[in-house]
Amino acid sequence: MGRITLDKVTKRFGEVEVIPPLDLTIDDGEFVVFVGPSGCGKSTLLRLIAGLEDVSSGQIRIDGEDATQAPPAKRKLAMVFQSYALYPHMSVRKNIAFPLRMAGIDKAEQDRRIENAAKVLNLTDYLERRPGQLSGGQRQRVAIGRAIVREPAAFLFDEPLSNLDAALRVGMRLEISELHERLKTTMIYVTHDQVEAMTMADKIVVLRAGNIEQVGSPLTLYREPRNLFVAGFIGSPKMNLIDGAEAAKHGARTIGIRPEHIDVSPQAGTWEGTVGVSEHLGSDTFFHVHVDGMKEPITVRAGGEVGLHHGDKVYLTPQPERIHRFDDKGLRIA
Amino acid sequence: MARAVTPQKKALWTVLAWIVGLIIFFPILWIILTSFKTEATAIADPPVWFFFDWTTENYGIVQDRSDYFRFLWNSVILSVGSTAVGILIAVPAAWSMAFVPGRRTKDILMWMLSTKMLPAVGVLFPIVLIAKWLNMYDSYILLIGVLTLINLPIIVWMLYTYFKEIPVDILEAARMDGATLRSEILYILTPMAIPGIASTVLLNIILAWNEAFWTLNLTTVSAAPLTKFIASYSSPEGLFFAKLSAASTMAIAPILILGWFSQKQLVRGLTFGAVK
Repeated sequence: MGRITLDKVTKRFGEVEVIPPLDLTIDDGEFVVFVGPSGCGKSTLLRLIAGLEDVSSGQIRIDGEDATQAPPAKRKLAMVFQSYALYPHMSVRKNIAFPLRMAGIDKAEQDRRIENAAKVLNLTDYLERRPGQLSGGQRQRVAIGRAIVREPAAFLFDEPLSNLDAALRVGMRLEISELHERLKTTMIYVTHDQVEAMTMADKIVVLRAGNIEQVGSPLTLYREPRNLFVAGFIGSPKMNLIDGAEAAKHGARTIGIRPEHIDVSPQAGTWEGTVGVSEHLGSDTFFHVHVDGMKEPITVRAGGEVGLHHGDKVYLTPQPERIHRFDDKGLRIA
Repeated sequence: MARAVTPQKKALWTVLAWIVGLIIFFPILWIILTSFKTEATAIADPPVWFFFDWTTENYGIVQDRSDYFRFLWNSVILSVGSTAVGILIAVPAAWSMAFVPGRRTKDILMWMLSTKMLPAVGVLFPIVLIAKWLNMYDSYILLIGVLTLINLPIIVWMLYTYFKEIPVDILEAARMDGATLRSEILYILTPMAIPGIASTVLLNIILAWNEAFWTLNLTTVSAAPLTKFIASYSSPEGLFFAKLSAASTMAIAPILILGWFSQKQLVRGLTFGAVK
């Protein structure tokens, strides 16, 4: 079980309120991702759930029980840190055994669980090594191993992949997703990387300045961002946001259109512009098109082999049903 | 760009370093040399350097006249005892200051250090009175207590500095892993801080070993350490330099040997955390 409920939770550091009253429910078995720019309070929120920070007011319940004042050790949660936070003076085996030792589990059961975790995480050959002798990816796996042997109510991940190089990051992302499929345990995952959020989450919580901007499945956030912030934050490359006359035509203060929802034509279309920088990814090409009368260039996603070059004249047509409209408060117009 | 170090420059610095080292070491060398002279050669003018009749009679006389090993044993008890008590108090104190600092932590650290600035003689009289009143004058407990208290600020400061170098993430991971405060300090913090704790222990044993003011003033016989042993040769019978030197050599020898063997540990401890 791992149902976590936050009820009007706040956090103040001195005079500064980093988390204004916040309500959130995380269901058992869910993979929830907290995402937001740096300083949005996502890590603080995770640390409040972990018990590493005290809440200033409000209540945290884990499986229905009030855990607001419980020390981290009593919350049945396991955490994986960005820095891995392995115990440098212990072998991999002892690192993984540590939570079991603290829980007073007998030696035979400890060994059984360690062997099991090591097999799952491909660490069997490294059990006698020290963390200092492992690569970044292996260290991260040890940290995950240390978390899973406890069979916790929920896993907390604090930007676990930020210290890994890009290729390894994709691999570990898959491994964590697979782990979730297999264990079906609640996972709360903090990241600033919206790609991680989109690919891994059942439910994304978008945070800004301690406020929840939107909660929803990745596709809900993609299709129906509740406000301008979420619209701009989710999706890569960013959604094009257009103010002024063009928006007024749609009865909105601002309209948004994703790069992948704009048709490009050399002959005819709604907006006329000039190709600026193009980024060729092989599978796709992103064009930055300067449209007459618009301040910002429009980003357009096209196929990999579109023959447009710097300075070419193009016509852009946004797909009408894909246009997002926002009012003067930045909220979505349904 | 790496700075160019020519062999000549290197040689020059090496010679300079040796000269400075020898100047610092000279008094100790002189004491050791003098301890092997007769009283007559010890005060010879001009001084005799190496070419005299080496004799060990001073050591025999010193051991006969005062029981060296009893003083040595007392020194060991007082320095090790006060360091052990100090460490037991300072580890939790430094833990809390390093990892859960309050608004006043910096002030408390400064205040602790400021007690070292008080001239010890200022509180000599009250402490002697308290000791007599408690019937503890010239006892191990009193001396261990006093030595612990005077060195505690240094122990706390040193440990605090070492603990600051330990990533707080690791301690938080231990907390998440179900460690109580006691297990966290015992199984995670202390093993990680071993180099720092070791050099703190060594330094404080040396400080307590050499401490003279309180050990001279608060002991007579039963708890008297080597400082008292040396002092007993300096005044009552006029100055006998050779015997005084023999006594001094015997008093500093253990600490010199300890320092020699642990110099690696000491240097490592003092520069702990300078590079990751």
